Amino acid sequence: MKQGSQFLIVGERTNITGSPKFAKALKAGDWDACLAIARQQVESGANVIDINVDEALIEGEPTMVKFLNLIAAEPEISKVPVMLDSSKWSVLEAGLKCLQGKGIVNSISLKDGEPEFLRRARLLRRYGAAAVVMAFDEQGQAATRDEKVRICTRAYNLLTQEVGFPAEDIIFDPNILTVATGIEEHNNYAVDFFEATKIIKETLPYAKVSGGVSNVSFSFRGNNPVREAIHAVFLYHAIRAGLDMAIVNAGMLGVYEEIAPDLLERVEDVILNRRPDGTERLVTFAENLKAAQGGASKTEIKEDLAWRSLPVEARLSHALVKGIDTFIEADTEEARQSTAKYERPLHIIEGPLMNGMRIVGDLFGAGKMFLPQVVKSARVMKKSVAYLTPFMEEEKRQLIAGGGTARPQGRVVMATVKGDVHDIGKNIVGVVLACNNYEVVDLGVMVPCDKILATARERQADIIGLSGLITPSLDEMVHVAKEMKRTGLNLPLLIGGATTSAAHTAVKVAPEYDEPVVHVLDASRVIGVVSSLLNPANKPKFVSETREKQERQRIEFADRRGARKLLPLAEARARRQPTDWATVDIPRPEFTGTRVFDPVPLDEIVPFIDWGPFFSAWELHGRFPDILKDNVVGEEATKLYAEAQEMLARIVAEKRFVAKAVIGFWPANAVGDSVEVYADESRARVLETFHFLRQQNEKPAGQFNHCLADYIAPKESGRIDFLGGFAVTSGHGVDEFAKEFEAVHDDYSSIMAKALGDRLAEALAELMHKRARDFCGYGKTENLAMKDIIREKYRGIRPAPGYPACPDHTEKPPLFDLLQAPATTGITLTESHAMWPASSVSGMYFNHPDSKYFAVGKLAKDQVREYAARKGQPIELTEKWLAPYLDY
Amino acid sequence: MSAPSPILSPSTAVLRALFSRRIAILDGAMGTMIQDRNLTEAQFRGDRFKDHPSDLRGNNDLLSLTQPAVIEEIHAAYFESGADLVETNTFNSTSISQADYKMESLVPELNLAAAKLARRAADRSAVKLGRPCFVAGALGPTNRTASMSPDVNRPDFRAVTFDTLVAAYLEQARALAAGGVDALIVETIFDTLNAKAALFALEQLFDETGVRLPVMISVTITDASGRTLSGQTVGAFFNSIRHARPFSVGINCALGGAQMRPYLEELAGIADCFVSCYPNAGLPNAFGGYDESPADMAKVLGDFAAQGWLNMVGGCCGSTPAHITAIAEAVRPFPARSIPDLTPSMQLSGLEALNVA
Repeated sequence: MKQGSQFLIVGERTNITGSPKFAKALKAGDWDACLAIARQQVESGANVIDINVDEALIEGEPTMVKFLNLIAAEPEISKVPVMLDSSKWSVLEAGLKCLQGKGIVNSISLKDGEPEFLRRARLLRRYGAAAVVMAFDEQGQAATRDEKVRICTRAYNLLTQEVGFPAEDIIFDPNILTVATGIEEHNNYAVDFFEATKIIKETLPYAKVSGGVSNVSFSFRGNNPVREAIHAVFLYHAIRAGLDMAIVNAGMLGVYEEIAPDLLERVEDVILNRRPDGTERLVTFAENLKAAQGGASKTEIKEDLAWRSLPVEARLSHALVKGIDTFIEADTEEARQSTAKYERPLHIIEGPLMNGMRIVGDLFGAGKMFLPQVVKSARVMKKSVAYLTPFMEEEKRQLIAGGGTARPQGRVVMATVKGDVHDIGKNIVGVVLACNNYEVVDLGVMVPCDKILATARERQADIIGLSGLITPSLDEMVHVAKEMKRTGLNLPLLIGGATTSAAHTAVKVAPEYDEPVVHVLDASRVIGVVSSLLNPANKPKFVSETREKQERQRIEFADRRGARKLLPLAEARARRQPTDWATVDIPRPEFTGTRVFDPVPLDEIVPFIDWGPFFSAWELHGRFPDILKDNVVGEEATKLYAEAQEMLARIVAEKRFVAKAVIGFWPANAVGDSVEVYADESRARVLETFHFLRQQNEKPAGQFNHCLADYIAPKESGRIDFLGGFAVTSGHGVDEFAKEFEAVHDDYSSIMAKALGDRLAEALAELMHKRARDFCGYGKTENLAMKDIIREKYRGIRPAPGYPACPDHTEKPPLFDLLQAPATTGITLTESHAMWPASSVSGMYFNHPDSKYFAVGKLAKDQVREYAARKGQPIELTEKWLAPYLDY
Repeated sequence: MSAPSPILSPSTAVLRALFSRRIAILDGAMGTMIQDRNLTEAQFRGDRFKDHPSDLRGNNDLLSLTQPAVIEEIHAAYFESGADLVETNTFNSTSISQADYKMESLVPELNLAAAKLARRAADRSAVKLGRPCFVAGALGPTNRTASMSPDVNRPDFRAVTFDTLVAAYLEQARALAAGGVDALIVETIFDTLNAKAALFALEQLFDETGVRLPVMISVTITDASGRTLSGQTVGAFFNSIRHARPFSVGINCALGGAQMRPYLEELAGIADCFVSCYPNAGLPNAFGGYDESPADMAKVLGDFAAQGWLNMVGGCCGSTPAHITAIAEAVRPFPARSIPDLTPSMQLSGLEALNVA
């Protein structure tokens, strides 16, 4: 279950004013029909259901109460929150008395004056409900951008200051008004809404924006295809402006990308008010729409099809090895028809398909195939199996007493642990396992421990695999190991992911659990490990070897720890990098506070991509671009690169990902190893204090013990310095895009999509850093080629909390607060402070001319104690977050 | 133009300091202790109610009037065993629950007497033990559900309404506050709508008195599905009551500690207030009794403390002063949970939570 910056759909079909079907059922007292409509909305994906029974002939209060009570008895409906919708306060209040959950009231406004507005807000506070606040005041409804913003701002201030209403529970409805009415003043209504939304989201922290979308297309009633297109276009632009939720028919949402280009152009002309004759043109077009249905034709790629004349087994094998899925269903069907050879569909899997995959496995093991190819082979395998599945299920139904099912070699339950959202590596491992005939139960990301354990029990797993990328996940893995022991599970445990290591596994995880705990370095090792663990003949030897190795690692670790000398904190501080603060250049940024870039066009980001890490993600190692000509992996790397370019072009053209960024600069001074950030240059008010850690390892003469605070002018220098911050994401849309591929069993493209999402996020960070340097002045004259920018040959650094120079993830929340990152970019933090969406980057800008990246490394207890005191945080908690860095 | 907000009670700061400094200890079961004394119908009635028309044995709350020494002794025993807070003997002291005994009219008196008894026990124990002792006024769930129908054929029927519950809880809470409690605890919540009515009533009370007492909230997860009787998940429940600015939120009753583990862990992860836990002494056995020994309970709760999930711990059905002593001992080495600083998000719920950043 993912929480965070998702867009909320409020189902509108249980709103009597917009749904004739609901109106009819309600007036007839046909409650079953009313409940069916509500259920349909939830099933279609409504996150919230809007309930409105305002009708002249219906008595509002008892009707609302009865319907809510009936809904409460239907768990499939009542699992979602309710939006109570009425123009009568008494109906809203009657509804509030029926909700055990926390709902939304739609709406309150300043229409009836300030005292009444405040009275109702206080009551809502007491009942416990969020509130839709209409952009309406004593003078009437706000139509223009400035009126909308003015009324919403006034309401926000009243609610937060007079009532103590939580800002995050305020949802503004800045009025979606009808366009294309033929009246010229109405033409800009949609644009006014977008612009107002953007300003509200930027200036009124934590408040949300919502609206009833169907109103915008009211002029086209009776013409549903055009209305749907208008709604899709309106939502597309509104969401980009910051719209958080909309009241729509959850069952009938159009897709922006699927609107025919000629219709799209005309609709956008109207919505964006791009030309004075827009309305006229759309009206004419709408009338002729029915004639304008056409299909898109896709260009076929010519290829050598000689292999098509081979026998079916050879074709299946060829398709698997080459990763070609064009004919796989037809070939699978042909094999299925050959009942003489393959009595049961399972025999096709066990025969030609597994033979093909065995060849793939051998080639991979011998280093003759590479991961991208293996993943493509798996895609073909999955498609073939998916084709056969219904036949096997049918067979199972018929042979219910027959026994003899396809017993996989073993069942592996895998998960990215709680608090972590990274899953590219885990997905690759899953694919490799699956194509070696292991059954994989993939629980996804952010999986709590008890769910992993419960699933392992329920599904009678043979092995559990844990993955994670950020440092807090290491702790969570230790937790899972402890829980496995505490609850008496006796399965082998596999540990993998970017921050994990054989040493950490040996020292921290394995001692917590009696069964084998094995670190898996990368996907190519997983089959060896899993097959050894599951083969009774090989297992004892493998386990004892692993244990011996881990024991050696523990001894080495203990020795190293004894041998390593860390300096006392005071001494490390004395060996800081010196700066002559009287003369050093301190650039002054063009602005202070934050600036939001939403959206950042994807084509501007692409040139900043550093392709090196992209190949590493696919376990192809080498420098870019040399890797493309590498003797061993060059061919595969080139192919992978070409396919990446193709998908990237599609992502950019179809705007599949949405990139957003926020950067900021604040007056700042160092105070010891911390940096105070001030509201303004008077430096009277501290907005936030960032705490940094200092290297304590002993160094040769002439080298320094670094700390990020050394790059900011100390308070006693008398000079004003500036600290920058940023949060960027290209992750909105990545998961949805990847899921489209997963739905058709195409894990290869799904992994590719996520890998590109990550690259774009890093590139966006690079792009924004360039802009940040320009804002600080020195960037404008740096005159660097793109390849030198990518190699970071410029002045200044942008270290990220949680990474070597600033290893403490808990510095991220204050940075996010300063940047208002959740509101401005939609990036949220998990409980382990991982960013969601996963393709996001955040950090701080340092302009100091001598600033360099460094790794803080191991920490002695004196610094950790002092650091915890500086942060005002219990030492145990500090140690928990810094666990991988503690030298004691 | 707006009425001045109620000021925080003096107990708020003291309790906040206690809950931050170490894990506070709540008392154990009142019912179990009363049951052990095998009081007769005549003893329940006392002189005053000897002619009352309905049976009274089992109306434990009545003992605050008819056997005050027994109740005060139990409170004192819990303080002695290590409790920092005891709960008043008022679990059923609402007009809704007392209707079973035809004692609705006694509600203000029952609550006032119970609060004063507990207050006196606390004040005496504080002198004797040389440490502060606190009283939490207990508000039980009543025996009706506001969000479920007792009649399967009439799903829209409700045996009690929100307004009735608000009136009943307000009457009870007024008397508890007048009796000098340090905090109020809305507990054993199996229907969140009942709890929301109680919380609504408490806000009204604070407006009346001008003083805001700490509000403790404790939910009951009824079975292994991890939901309340009325169907909410822990996350959905928390979202439903968060508006009341709880002093603490926790889980009690129905399950033993071991069964509560995942739900308490979840709650400790999402609550931006203090967290409490006071389980039963295991699941009821075939005889309706509870089997977990003081050592059993202490082991489970000591583990929760070691995990850093607790600010207050105690016992519910089946627990005794011996349990409380063992529990207090087991959690002593561990620091209190620190309240996480969470980014505000819109936290809605139906039966499930919907959090929107």
